[in-house]
Amino acid sequence: MSHAGGLRQLDVSIKRKSYRSAAGGTIEVLRDMAFTLKAGAVGALVGPSGCGKTTLLRIITGLDADYTGTVHLPDHGKLGMVFQEPRLLPWRTLEQNVRLGAPEATDADLDALFVALGLAGHRHHFPGELSLGQARRVALARAFAVRPDLLVLDEPFVSLDAALAKHLQDELAALVTSRHVTTLIVTHSIDEAIGLADRLFLLSASPARVVGEVPIPRPRAPHTAEELAKIRGEIARVSGKASQ
Amino acid sequence: MNVASRLFSLIVLVAAWYAGSEIAGQRMMPGPQTVGLALWAEAQSGALAFHLGATLARVAIAFVIAMAIGTALGVWMGRSRLADRLADPWLVALLNLPALVIIVLAYVWAGLTETAAIVAVALNKLPNATVTVREGARSLDRQLDEMAQVFLMSRWVRLRHVLIPQLAPYLAAATRSGLSLVWKIVLIVELLGRPNGVGFEIGIAFQLFDVTRILAYAIAFVLVMLAIETFLVQPIERHVSRWRPKAA
Repeated sequence: MSHAGGLRQLDVSIKRKSYRSAAGGTIEVLRDMAFTLKAGAVGALVGPSGCGKTTLLRIITGLDADYTGTVHLPDHGKLGMVFQEPRLLPWRTLEQNVRLGAPEATDADLDALFVALGLAGHRHHFPGELSLGQARRVALARAFAVRPDLLVLDEPFVSLDAALAKHLQDELAALVTSRHVTTLIVTHSIDEAIGLADRLFLLSASPARVVGEVPIPRPRAPHTAEELAKIRGEIARVSGKASQ
Repeated sequence: MNVASRLFSLIVLVAAWYAGSEIAGQRMMPGPQTVGLALWAEAQSGALAFHLGATLARVAIAFVIAMAIGTALGVWMGRSRLADRLADPWLVALLNLPALVIIVLAYVWAGLTETAAIVAVALNKLPNATVTVREGARSLDRQLDEMAQVFLMSRWVRLRHVLIPQLAPYLAAATRSGLSLVWKIVLIVELLGRPNGVGFEIGIAFQLFDVTRILAYAIAFVLVMLAIETFLVQPIERHVSRWRPKAA
């Protein structure tokens, strides 16, 4: 295994990742998982639940070093991460939470982020006083405030109601577009992936690998029904070909 | 209502004291007035402040040493299974060693010195702090740890903003039980081998069978500890738990 920065793009090539199961056997989670993501692009990893997406993100973010393969992070490898759970410090205010994650962020940058995410009135509140949707927004603000070379999002809208998830997705799309951050998002929702990404990476069931890539025309713009049908057809074709 | 019921309880206590002194006689159980006058006389002469000061200084130093080492040890044992297995027998031994044994051994080995006194008190408190903090360290949130790692938080930031706040309820519990334990042991240490402090004074009073002075010093010290609890420990606790949503 090796974990390094320096290239412009994200380069992932994991030969093998397995776990020791409680019963004593080994479970292979990832095999020949390889893809690259161009600088400034948004990639979505789409796959069935439990296929190893979170494990893949843990490897990319350096939380898990026990694998065979290589991961090259873009530029200096500075990471901004949005976990599945907001993971805020409950004993610190929203503003302190963001500042602790991104000590170099300027006041102007924080103001802009808080306004963009509708958090301006909550800066001095504690996480326990927020709804889940608001806590997710704080986690987004913290990740963007870092000015990351790679932004990683792990199912950032899971367990929100559909309307709120859509709203947050639009806010995220606007931020990603205005800031040109290389972004990797993991989701099990194809709609979410189509709405956010430049390129979809379709994953197989466990042990996971990339079975195909689908570029999205006019990313993060509203798609017509015709375009959507075409994209979905392409996804079905690519994943169908892989399963043959 | 709250203040009134506390006041009522206090008045009953003083009344019971009066009644007790009437029954047992002034020599065995001097009344509140006698003790109050003795307290005033000790305060006037400066002896009270001197001995209270000496005792409080020992309490403070021994408490800080025991909490610092106990917390570090507790975190280490809570986080590492190997450390837990290695240090646990020592901890159990220390927990069950009578305070008096530790004190006497410290004086025998190190002489009747201030250092021996402080070390003996700190050693008595140490295992108690370690056990409490270990419990806290076992329940640390791994998810927050990972967050701190991904966001490259410095060691200092992790300690101050991630680790200590999670341990705060356990540190508060250790502080509470620790302060009362430490001052009781400090008195014994002073009785056995120090030339000043509240414990030394009570020792003298014991030899003279001067119950008035014993009660005067005991009350003075209880009042000081009550003040520390009310004006130091409780405000700190309120500040530390300010983020918890208030019960409706």
